[in-house]
Parts: sequence; C-alpha cells; structure tokens
Amino acid sequence: MNNSVNYLLRRLGFYFVAAWAALTLNFFIPRLMPGDPAAIIFARFRGKLKPEAMNALRETFGLTDEPLLGQYWSYLKSMLQGDLGISIAYFPEPVTSIISSAFLWTIFLAGFSLIISFSLGTLLGSIIAWNRGGKLDSILPPSLAFIGAFPYFWLAMVALYIFGFELSWFPLGHAYGSDVTPGFNIPFILSALHHAALPALTMIIVSLGGWMLSMRNIMITTLGTDYISFAHAKGLSSRLIMLRYAARNAILPNFTGFGMALGFVLSGALLTEIIFSYPGQGYLLLQAVRAQDFPLMQGLFMTITFAVLAANWIVDILILFFDPRTRT
Amino acid sequence: MDYIHNSIFTRWITGIIQNRKAVTGVGIIFLFIVLAIFGPFITQDPTAFLSTPLSPPSWEHWLGTNGQGQDVLAQTISGARQTLMVGFTTGIMVVLIGALIGGISGYYGGRIDNLLSLLINVFLVMPGLPLMVILASWLPPGPGTLTGVLVLTGWAWNARVIRSQMMTFRSRDFVSAAIVSGERNIRIIVIEIMPRMLSLLASSFIGASIYAIGAQVGLEFLGLGDVSTITWGTNLYWASNDMALLTGSWWTFVPTGLSIAIVSFALTLINFGIDEVTNPRLISERVWRENIPRDKAVNGITPVVKDHE
Repeated sequence: MNNSVNYLLRRLGFYFVAAWAALTLNFFIPRLMPGDPAAIIFARFRGKLKPEAMNALRETFGLTDEPLLGQYWSYLKSMLQGDLGISIAYFPEPVTSIISSAFLWTIFLAGFSLIISFSLGTLLGSIIAWNRGGKLDSILPPSLAFIGAFPYFWLAMVALYIFGFELSWFPLGHAYGSDVTPGFNIPFILSALHHAALPALTMIIVSLGGWMLSMRNIMITTLGTDYISFAHAKGLSSRLIMLRYAARNAILPNFTGFGMALGFVLSGALLTEIIFSYPGQGYLLLQAVRAQDFPLMQGLFMTITFAVLAANWIVDILILFFDPRTRT
Repeated sequence: MDYIHNSIFTRWITGIIQNRKAVTGVGIIFLFIVLAIFGPFITQDPTAFLSTPLSPPSWEHWLGTNGQGQDVLAQTISGARQTLMVGFTTGIMVVLIGALIGGISGYYGGRIDNLLSLLINVFLVMPGLPLMVILASWLPPGPGTLTGVLVLTGWAWNARVIRSQMMTFRSRDFVSAAIVSGERNIRIIVIEIMPRMLSLLASSFIGASIYAIGAQVGLEFLGLGDVSTITWGTNLYWASNDMALLTGSWWTFVPTGLSIAIVSFALTLINFGIDEVTNPRLISERVWRENIPRDKAVNGITPVVKDHE
C-alpha cells in the first residue's frame, strides 16, 4: 500500500515538473522571439484594437516595465489563479470562459473515440495475435497501416465529402442541430450523437491500427512464455487463456503507451474538429490562429497540457490496479 | 573490427535489396523525389491562372483546377518539393538530436541520465500540436520555422528509444573492454556503439520523417505555413478555404492527400524491411519459417514475431 502511494506521488511530482515546464515555455516563447513581443502584437493590431484591449493584452502577457523575474512571478501567480487573460478575437471575454464552454465538446468527442479505438484496437490485436497467420491477421494489419498513413484531417475531409456531402447520411458540421435545445433531453442527445458519429468514426479508424499492432506484437511475445504453455497443459479453455492470462499481461505496455499517445491523438482530434466545424478546442485553435489571438492560443496550450497530464495520472492509477508489480 | 562491420553492412545491404517491402518503399520514395526535382520543369506553371476555378478533371488539366484556377496536377507535383525537403531535413535533425541526448543519457547514466530523461519525458508528455501552433505563430512563416518547430516537438520520442538501446549496449562486454583499454567516452559512443545502432538510427530517421510530413501538413493546413508557397499543406489549406467540400470539388484535395499517404506508407514499408533484415528475432523467424512446414508450426515452436504477408 505504502509503495503504491509512493509511486503515485512520484508520478504526481513528475507531472508537476511537466506542468511547470509547460508554463515556463509558455512564458518565455513570446519573449525569446526576435523583436519585442509587445511591439509585434501591437503592430499587428494597430487600428483594430481599442486602447482598453491593448491594455488588457499588456497585462495578460505581463509586458510591463517590471524586470523579467518579476513578470514571471506575476505570470505564474495569475496562471495558478486560473486567469488566462483576455481573448483578442472575442474581446472582452476572458480566455477561461471561452475555453471552458468548448472543453466539454472535445472531451466528449475525443475522449469517446479514444476509448473506443483503444478498446477495440486492443481486443482486435489480441484476437489476431491468437489466430496469427489467419485470414484476419493477413488483412487487418496492412490495411489499417495504410489507412493510418493518411493525415487525420484529410481522411475527415474525404469522409465528410462522401458521407456528409454526397450521401447526406450525416450533418456537415456543428455539434447539434439548430432545431433542438441544449439540455438533458432526448432530441438533443440524439442530435449530438448523430453529429459526433462521423468525426468519431474517422478518428477511430485512423488510430485503431496503432493500438492493434502494438497489442498484437506484445501479445505474441506473451503467448510464447512458459506460463501460457502451462495454462494450455492444464487444459484451460482457449478463451480463458487468451483474455485472462495473456491479454491481461500484454495490455500493460499498451496502457503506458496510452498515456504517451494521448497528446498525439488529441492533436489529430483537434484537426478533425476543424474539418467538421465541431465547437471544441480544435475549432477554437483555428479561430485563434486566424485572428492571431495569442492569449487564446496560449490558453489552449495550457488547458490541453493540463488535461493530458491529468489523463496520464489517471492512467497511472489504472496501471496500479492492473499491474501488481507496481504495488510491491 | 573492420571485418565485422563490413560483413554486417554487406549482409544488411544485400538483405535490403532482396527484401520486397523495402524495395517497393524505396522505389516509391525515389519516384516522388525525382518527380519533386524534375516534375515542375515539365508540368504547367503551378502559380498561373489557367482556367475556370474549380473545373473538374479534363484533357487540358488532368486533375482539374483549384479555387484559383491553377492546375492541380502541377500544384501537387511542385508541392512535393518543400514538403519532402522539410520532412527529410526534420528527420535527420531529429535523429541527430535524439542520438546526442538519448546517447549521452543512456551511456553515462546516473545523475545526467536522471536529468536528461526528465527532459525527454516532459517533452514526450506535452501535447505537440498546440505547442507547435504557438511557436509557429510567433515566428515568421516559412520552411525554416516549420523545421525548427517540428524538431523541437519531435526529438523526444527518438531520444527515448535511442537511450534505452544505449543502455543495453552500455552493459555489453565490448564496451567494458573499450573502457578498460582507456578509450575516451566520446570515441566509444561514436565509433564503437553508434555503428551498431545503425539500423535503429535508420528506422528512427524514417519514423521521424513520417511524423514530420504529417505534422507539417497539419500546421500548414491550419494556415501556419507561408500560404503563398506551394506545398502539400498549403494545397489543402487553399482547398478548404475555397470551399472545396461544399462545392463537391474532390479533385482539389484528393491528389495531395493520396500523395501524403503513399509517401508515408512507402516509408513505413522501408521501416518494415529494415526491421526484417536487421532484427535478429525476425531473422531467426525467417529461418524457422523456411525450415518448418506451416501446418507444423503450433504453439510452442511458433516464432516470436510473425510478419503479415
């Protein structure tokens, strides 16, 4: 028990370091760039911004006449209070409130597709490893590897073109229809699911192959170990050996990979959201890039980083349950 | 020493020449590089306004025209130049940085390793795209910015792989022997160990190039590249800006996307090939497969990893 607590605290310590590194990068990137960041921003927005917006911007970036260390300190303080500054594109709305309304949609879309693709990929990986050399094993890996070679967002474009534009099976964008009222009612939930289906499907198809291949490779190694032969010798049923004996052990490295791949998959999800005009973080990112809304961009970087770190910690806790070795 | 190196290299090179996957992959990549270099001299001017915008494929324009009335075929071919250039440059730099940091971390161990692997893990866990977006939006748009941003966000994965490989080499006898005989650490790393990691470095380079091509296209698609140049990423950026989807002009985004996928897939094939030729586990598997009839290969004597042919 003590060891598990130790392990979790150690991981938590690492995430704090990572969060601090992200915060620091976020602070120094504008200041390390050639030229004066304030001058760059103000030159770009001359005439477009009201004086009060300019002042808000100055404060957001801490671009005051304070020495650098003082600026850094007040920046950290305001970040810890959850103050991400004020958006330029949506002036005078604070970045925090813009991001929080979009955040749930991303969690909904990316979270569900990630979980589905991870579970489905892992299951398929164990099955084709068990029947290696079979029909499924010779078709699935190469075809999914080929699909995985496409950029996420490009496949989303094609899917939107075929199933949304040509066949009109799915809506062309947004998170729910204009005819439903957001809330906990059946028409809204159905509409939200209908709108999420196609983006989710494209993300699942692109990322499925990776989980499947890594699970397959680890599973085949596991199937070669002595305790599996012993289980066969005991006469246990194939299904029991496959799922309870082999897959349970083989899934561990895949779990660790899950945490690492999270940032990568999320990046793909952000681009997919843009194609489907899905009102999540990715869509905000595009708006921020178009309007050169630096506070919003940096706020998105911070929230996405924190979300990934939190998810990694949850994965650590799960590993603790699945892998007894971390508990001893 | 030289004798061993030579025999390994000859074996690998003949192996790769005989490997179907690697040869297919290399062929495709070679074709794309030749097209990227010489193609633009043959095709129509990719920047000129040639015909009605968004006209479908025809005899004059094999792949139609885009929203600016430019020839899509010419754009796809000349777009390969910068995209492949940035992709492969990033690949090389990522491997160099990965080998440097991962190699030092794995070789020296101890406190240096603790510090460097902390750095590697921090960069691994940070989500790449938002960080790239911030960096690219502050810097002037262009291939230099793209390369720098991709290297900064992409080096950590390779460093991690190279570090763990280095750690296994560090404990081998030949390294201990070199240390005892008084060779300098730098010499041991560069002359003794790195050549033995060549297949890992090669596949790291290919993996990093795949990542760089994909991420670069994504960034340019967001509008963070130089939108006045012609690359695969800006092609897709303009396709989406010119409402290609809502007007049903599939020819503006399908050729570019397919090219990206074919290049990535070809690189993956080369990686499979390198793995099959240089991975001892897969070599022994091939020996197994050649000597044991398929129907006899049941649990117990089935090779550890089986490829999917």
